[in-house]
Amino acid sequence: MTLKNVYDVVVIGSGPGGLAAAVAAKKEGAQDVLIIERDVELGGILLQCIHNGFGLEIFKEDLPGPSYAQRYVKEAYSLGVEVLLDTMVLDITPQRKIYAASKRNGFIEIESRSIVLAMGCRERTRPQIRIPGSRPAGVYTAGTAQRWVNVEGYMPGNRVVILGSGDIGMIMARRLTFEGAKVERVLEVMSYLTGLTRNYVQCLLDFDIPLQLRHTVKRVIGNNHVEAIEAVQVDEKWNVVPGSEEIIPCDTLLLSVGLIPENELSRKAGVILDPVTGGPVVDDNFQTNVNGIFAAGNVVHVYDLVDWVTEAGYQAGKCAAAHANEVRRKEHHLIPLIAGNNVRYIVPHMLDKRNLEGSEIRLQMRVSKPVEQPVWLEVHDKNNLITRRAERYVRPGEMVTVVLKPDHFTDVNKADSLTIDVVPR
Amino acid sequence: MEEIQKLICISCPKGCSLEVTVDGDTVVKVSGETCKKGVDYAEKEITDPRRMIATTVRVKNGFHPLVPVYSLQPVPKPLIRDVLKELRKVELAAPVKQGSIVLENVLGTGVNIIASRDMPVS
Ligand SMILES: Cc1cc2nc3c(=O)[nH]c(=O)nc-3n(C[C@H](O)[C@H](O)[C@H](O)COP(=O)(O)OP(=O)(O)OC[C@H]3O[C@@H](n4cnc5c(N)ncnc54)[C@H](O)[C@@H]3O)c2cc1C
Repeated sequence: MTLKNVYDVVVIGSGPGGLAAAVAAKKEGAQDVLIIERDVELGGILLQCIHNGFGLEIFKEDLPGPSYAQRYVKEAYSLGVEVLLDTMVLDITPQRKIYAASKRNGFIEIESRSIVLAMGCRERTRPQIRIPGSRPAGVYTAGTAQRWVNVEGYMPGNRVVILGSGDIGMIMARRLTFEGAKVERVLEVMSYLTGLTRNYVQCLLDFDIPLQLRHTVKRVIGNNHVEAIEAVQVDEKWNVVPGSEEIIPCDTLLLSVGLIPENELSRKAGVILDPVTGGPVVDDNFQTNVNGIFAAGNVVHVYDLVDWVTEAGYQAGKCAAAHANEVRRKEHHLIPLIAGNNVRYIVPHMLDKRNLEGSEIRLQMRVSKPVEQPVWLEVHDKNNLITRRAERYVRPGEMVTVVLKPDHFTDVNKADSLTIDVVPR
Repeated sequence: MEEIQKLICISCPKGCSLEVTVDGDTVVKVSGETCKKGVDYAEKEITDPRRMIATTVRVKNGFHPLVPVYSLQPVPKPLIRDVLKELRKVELAAPVKQGSIVLENVLGTGVNIIASRDMPVS
């Protein structure tokens, strides 16, 4: 695949949000659509979510994550969406220049008429929840463990404690049990379950994995590798309840303590973020404050259901295509106005020819030198005079105006540029 | 003798709390459901609890070392461990097609285990 310098729509990230955006952009008539993905294949986080429960809304089917993703991957390829894999987007400018890097292509610079941000979210890590104790190997986010176990074929350990009762943590409790590990405990600092009750039933209750609410990790124990954790009960203000400490021997601590939208790139592009969601502020077309930059999926706010991510991606992709088409139209029909003989400047500097079909366009200018005798202001396209206006005199201090009328459209439409000269009458 | 069991419906993400009145193995009454699936779930859960299974099997020469697989229908809950044991014995060879059968009629349950995605050759 040869990369183009300019695309209509570039989608960053290929999860369900990005895939839907690319598919919708193509269907809406965008010509050149490109997905840039840092992973080695398309699909995003769904590829490691091998459990069922996806697609109940859109397909009325109970699909595992990879099956759901594959439907959109196939559609994207069949519609001719271009794809750059194993490529990390490093920077985006408000002018919609994209800088990326990959082993294969080195440093890449691409321009796009529209951009859809679909970078998804990432998990909170240990520093963000400040767990005291030593810093041994064996502490991972639940999603990292999920990738290892479900995609790469590694087990993080054999005796596991999970901090946080989020869905990814509970799903991993069942998954690790399936693969022969013993999940000793799930600890939750809140007084309620933070994930779905249904996952509590089918992931924890079914396998007799104990859940302790209002409990947290007080300390991680171990030098090179986790040897145990100290669990503790907390009160409603999250203060430790003295005497409730318990040492739980284990070799792995998984964290399932929430997701944060991934928005470093958005910030660089000048996109305004909502401090509550952590994602871009968007309008009902999922456009951000930066013209032509759209955002969809978990990069905007963390969704419960992937079906809704797809829906948001569709809307963003559709509007991104409409925007790109508009930019293309302008690029195509936009011609410069050139200040010719004795004209200092003209405003506007450029005009969209199509606008002349329906309405007048006023060209305002100033002359460089005064001429105290009757003159013509002539508008021409290289050889042909298109229109002219008579003035009894012109002076730099007094702005003059020439009006282009719909009658002139046929002539203007043939022109690549328009020049205005001041000539004696 | 009638007794009341509390269940949480797992048919969809809503997770309705159900109160099920049972007499021995028969369900007399279900309450707390917000759709018909709740009643079906309660009947099934009392008489023949079943669960979907999703796991991975090894694949030779694959783009990844594992292929995710799942049961097309739920399997009896007491058989989960045995089904997993059967699947641990399986090794596929790439390329694998999504939807292809990995284990047919696993342990005589009538349920097929199928591949969740394509797995191209590495
Ligand atoms: C570990 C984990 C497990 C989850 N499990 C479930 C679940 O079981 N059920 C559920 O409904 N939801 C789950 N979710 C939520 C899930 O993320 C959403 O349902 C859905 O996948 C979001 O889609 P998305 O397109 O917004 O993002 P994602 O699917 O996360 O896709 C984002 C993509 O952008 C790429 N990307 C990011 N930054 C860059 C960059 N700079 N350059 C190039 N590419 C980039 C990433 O590699 C990724 O492929 C989970 C989320 C996580 C993090």
